[in-house]
Amino acid sequence: MAKAWVYGDHVSTDDIIAGRYLAKHDPQEWGRHAMENIDPEFSKRVSPGDVIVAGRDFGCGSSREQAPIALKAAGISAVVAESFARIFYRNAINQGLPVLTCPGIRKEFRNGDEIEIDLKGGVVRNLSAGKEFKVSPLPPFIMEILEAGGLVSHLKKKLEGKR
Amino acid sequence: MPMTITEKILAKASGRKEVAPGDIVEARVDVAMAHDLTAPLAIDSFRKMGAKRVWDPERVVLLFDHQTPASSIDAAMNHRMIREFAREQNIKHFYDMFAGVCHAVLPERGFAQPGRVVIGADSHSVTYGAFNCFATGVGSTDMAAIFATGKLWFRVPESILVTANGSLKPPVVSKDLILHIIGDFGMDGATYKAVEFKGETFSNMSMDARMTVCNMVVEMGGKNGVMEADTITQQYLEERGVKSVNPVTSDPDAQYVETREYDASALDPQVACPHSVDNVKSVREVEGIEVDQAFIGTCTNGRLEDLEIAAKILKGRRVSARVRLIVVPATYEVYRQALERGLLKIFVDAGALVESPGCGACMGCHIGVVGPGEVSISASNRNFKGRQGSPESEVYLASPATVAASAVEGKITDPREMYG
Ligand code: SF4
Repeated sequence: MAKAWVYGDHVSTDDIIAGRYLAKHDPQEWGRHAMENIDPEFSKRVSPGDVIVAGRDFGCGSSREQAPIALKAAGISAVVAESFARIFYRNAINQGLPVLTCPGIRKEFRNGDEIEIDLKGGVVRNLSAGKEFKVSPLPPFIMEILEAGGLVSHLKKKLEGKR
Repeated sequence: MPMTITEKILAKASGRKEVAPGDIVEARVDVAMAHDLTAPLAIDSFRKMGAKRVWDPERVVLLFDHQTPASSIDAAMNHRMIREFAREQNIKHFYDMFAGVCHAVLPERGFAQPGRVVIGADSHSVTYGAFNCFATGVGSTDMAAIFATGKLWFRVPESILVTANGSLKPPVVSKDLILHIIGDFGMDGATYKAVEFKGETFSNMSMDARMTVCNMVVEMGGKNGVMEADTITQQYLEERGVKSVNPVTSDPDAQYVETREYDASALDPQVACPHSVDNVKSVREVEGIEVDQAFIGTCTNGRLEDLEIAAKILKGRRVSARVRLIVVPATYEVYRQALERGLLKIFVDAGALVESPGCGACMGCHIGVVGPGEVSISASNRNFKGRQGSPESEVYLASPATVAASAVEGKITDPREMYG
């Protein structure tokens, strides 16, 4: 059962993974320090499959791709937010982490609510509250990257095809 | 169809006659940059993609700026990995640790030119828009895709037009104006959009000052910032060996989703308060807040003009005993000029620490990390919680003049009292 981790507006990539951990080339280490600046409990209590629900401008700030990598390593399976900062959005897709835009979603969840996501159907469900929300479907070429598991595997196929 | 500067550049780079906001295009990249904290992941992804050679070793710039000289074993290992990659791929513009902050280095070496597409694996790559090019930041895997193919997809952004009239009265500088604009727009007020700057205030600015403006566009969520090219642009580029430039202008009836106007002549020095860049106030409202660390440098305010105005305030004065003032020239060129003009002596005489070129204390992972309960005033561009060290520290952002004045007094101070 996936839990929702609820955060406010403008969660920055410094919040998601602080600069002091970037040099260490180890996703598990980044996962252990995910969200540390704003929520030291997060990495201790998050379970595989959990989802982040947030307000506006999620992932603002630095271009560090360590941010979506850290969330994935911590066990996060998707982020649903009212809006995303653009570099984080691209990085998440490239890392195969689904990011869904859903205006007004933040107030529909309380921390720990049971959440379910249907990526293809474009639906987010709050099972604790018995409600469901439509999200705008991802463009086909983004779905293609996600389905390949990220940009690396997607491009690998393309590059191999060319040879 | 009438187009903006950004639309024209993206159209040309993707081989189309015209594009409109919302179109997804695959654009050819003219220059691609990565640094010591983003290149390692890019190199990893490049190899995992099965790519063998970068598409054009003359169009890739690699350098160290975030943790240089290496501040940990991990940093040293990253540097080594990048050195080996640069050698293996014959990267022509690999500067190792002898250049400075990427966003100050690329313009200095003439890479940012009108009409180009310049992409960096760093969010502040928007800085180059001051040179009338399309410039934005991406993550490491996108950078790996560019290394492999020389191209990347972009969504053509809507454009916002920001005009400013009236001249800034020193020591009020371009940093104060852009902080004011960000305070007005909010930190996601321009998300996904291109921000075009126009008007006499910007055209009267030096390139150093213009770069500060474009540098901070990402702090309002902007995809890119862009300015027109004029004789000041041309002269800067000529001095750096760029012979001919072809400026790109917006058509008179180009479409903007929003237009805002500012009057620069009556502006107070501005300060962005903890913990967000849009929490902007006049220095008058925050005067007197005690500070522990003061920092002048970075891709925002570590260029010669920035050091000059700080030196003007620090000359013949002493930094307060309760403050450590750290000055980091953005690049080696700036460092050398500051040395020749006697600025570094002024800093040292005033009791400042002068460090070697790079990002310095900007992001809390190298020199000048700020401890719990401490307050920093910084000429950089971000003050998110924990940005410069402890999550229990606070960062105020201001111009180099305000930082210098505050370092002298030991508390946030209006620089106008010491200038002149
Ligand atoms: S100076 Fe600061 S903002 Fe600029 S590139 Fe370095 S770390 Fe990033």
